[in-house]
Amino acid sequence: MTQVSFEASFQKKIDEEIMIEPQDYMPDEYRKTLIRQISQHAHSEIVGMLPEANWITRAPSLRRKAVLLAKVQDEGGHGLYLYSAAETLGITRDQMLHQLHTGAAKYSSIFNYPTITWADMGAIGWLVDGAAIMNQVPLCRTSYGPYARAMVRVCKEESFHQRQGYEIMLSLAKGTPVQKQMAQDALNRWWAPALMMFGPLDAVSPNTAKSMEWRIKRFTNDELRQRFIDVTVEQIRILGLELPDANIKWNEERGHYDSSELNWDEFWNVVKGNGPCNKERLATRVKAWEDGAWVREAASAYAEKRKTKKAA
Amino acid sequence: MSNENKEWPLWEVFIRSKAGLDHKHAGSLHAADAQMAIENARDVYTRRMEGISIWVVESKHIHASNPEEAAAFFDPAQDKIYRHPTFYNLPDELKHM
Repeated sequence: MTQVSFEASFQKKIDEEIMIEPQDYMPDEYRKTLIRQISQHAHSEIVGMLPEANWITRAPSLRRKAVLLAKVQDEGGHGLYLYSAAETLGITRDQMLHQLHTGAAKYSSIFNYPTITWADMGAIGWLVDGAAIMNQVPLCRTSYGPYARAMVRVCKEESFHQRQGYEIMLSLAKGTPVQKQMAQDALNRWWAPALMMFGPLDAVSPNTAKSMEWRIKRFTNDELRQRFIDVTVEQIRILGLELPDANIKWNEERGHYDSSELNWDEFWNVVKGNGPCNKERLATRVKAWEDGAWVREAASAYAEKRKTKKAA
Repeated sequence: MSNENKEWPLWEVFIRSKAGLDHKHAGSLHAADAQMAIENARDVYTRRMEGISIWVVESKHIHASNPEEAAAFFDPAQDKIYRHPTFYNLPDELKHM
C-alpha cells in the first residue's frame, strides 16, 4: 500500500468506529497528538496529587483523612495507567518524566493554584474532579484502544472523588457561619479555574478540529464547558451557596446557562508557567524523583543479585 | 536526572477477578523484578478488590500476531460456517438438542 492508501484506510477505520491498537498503522501526527495528550493527562494526575496531599495530615477527622489518602492514591494509580497507555505509542516512561521535570511537557493548569483552606479539598473533589469526569467520560470511547481502556478504569474510580468532595462542601455549607463562608470562598476561587480546565475557546483551540476528525475528542471544549456549567449550577443551589458569578442566568432560548467571559489572559499566563504555584509544584516533583534515585538503584541491584544467585 | 538506561523493565499484568474465571489482561507497569511487579500490580490494579490472583510476565516475552497480516492469517476460519450449530437444519419438533 502507498502512504496515501494507508492513511485512507486508517481514516476509514476511524469513521467506522474501529479502535486503533498499538501495532496498527497510524499517521505520525495522530501518534504525536496522542503522546502529547496522554502524557499531559498522566502528568496532571501525578502533579494533581500535590495540592490535596497538602491537607492529608490536617484532615479534620480520621474518616476524612482515610478518604483523602485513598483519593490521592487513586490519582497516582491513574497516572500510572496513563503512562502505560502512552508507552504503547513508543515513548519511554523516563522520556516522559524528563519532559515533565524540564518543563517541556505541560500538565493541567488547575494544579498550579494553592489549597489554602480545608474547604479547598471539598471544592477540588467536587469541581475539579467533576470537570475531569466531564472530560473523561467521552474519552472512554476515544479511538485509541489503550487510552480508552485506561479511561474506563479511571472513570469508574473518579465518581467517589467527586462525591466525597461534594460531601465536604455539604458539611461546611450546613455548618457554622464561618464554615459556610469558607465553603463559599473555596467555590468562588475554584469556579473559574475549573471552567478553564476544558481548555481554550473552540475558536482559538488549534488541535480541536483534527482531534474531532480522528475521534480522539468527541465533544469540543466549549460544549463540555457548557455542560459542566449547566449541571453545576443546580449543585450549587442544593448546597445553599451563592452563585460564584453574578452573570449566571438561565437562557431560555439556548436552553443553557449564560455566564461571564473567562479571563483568558490569566489562563495563558498560568499555562506559560506564571501561576501561583507552578515553580513549587515542579520543584516538588523533581525533588521526589531525585530523592527516590537511591531506592530505584537499590531495587535494581537487589533484582540483579537475586538473578545471579538463581543462575548459580 | 533522566536516568535513561536504568529504567525498570515493563511487565504485563493479568488478573483473575474471581474463582472460576480466566486471568485477563489488566494493563502494564514497571518493576525491578517479578516480586515487585506482583506487589505493584496489587496496588495499581486491585485497589477495590478487583482480583484474587495476579500473573505478571515481562512484556518482552509476549509474542503477538501481526495486525497487518490479520486478514490472511485468520482467513482459514472465514468460510467454515458449518463449525457453528446454527448451520444445521433440524426439524422444529426436535426440542432438546
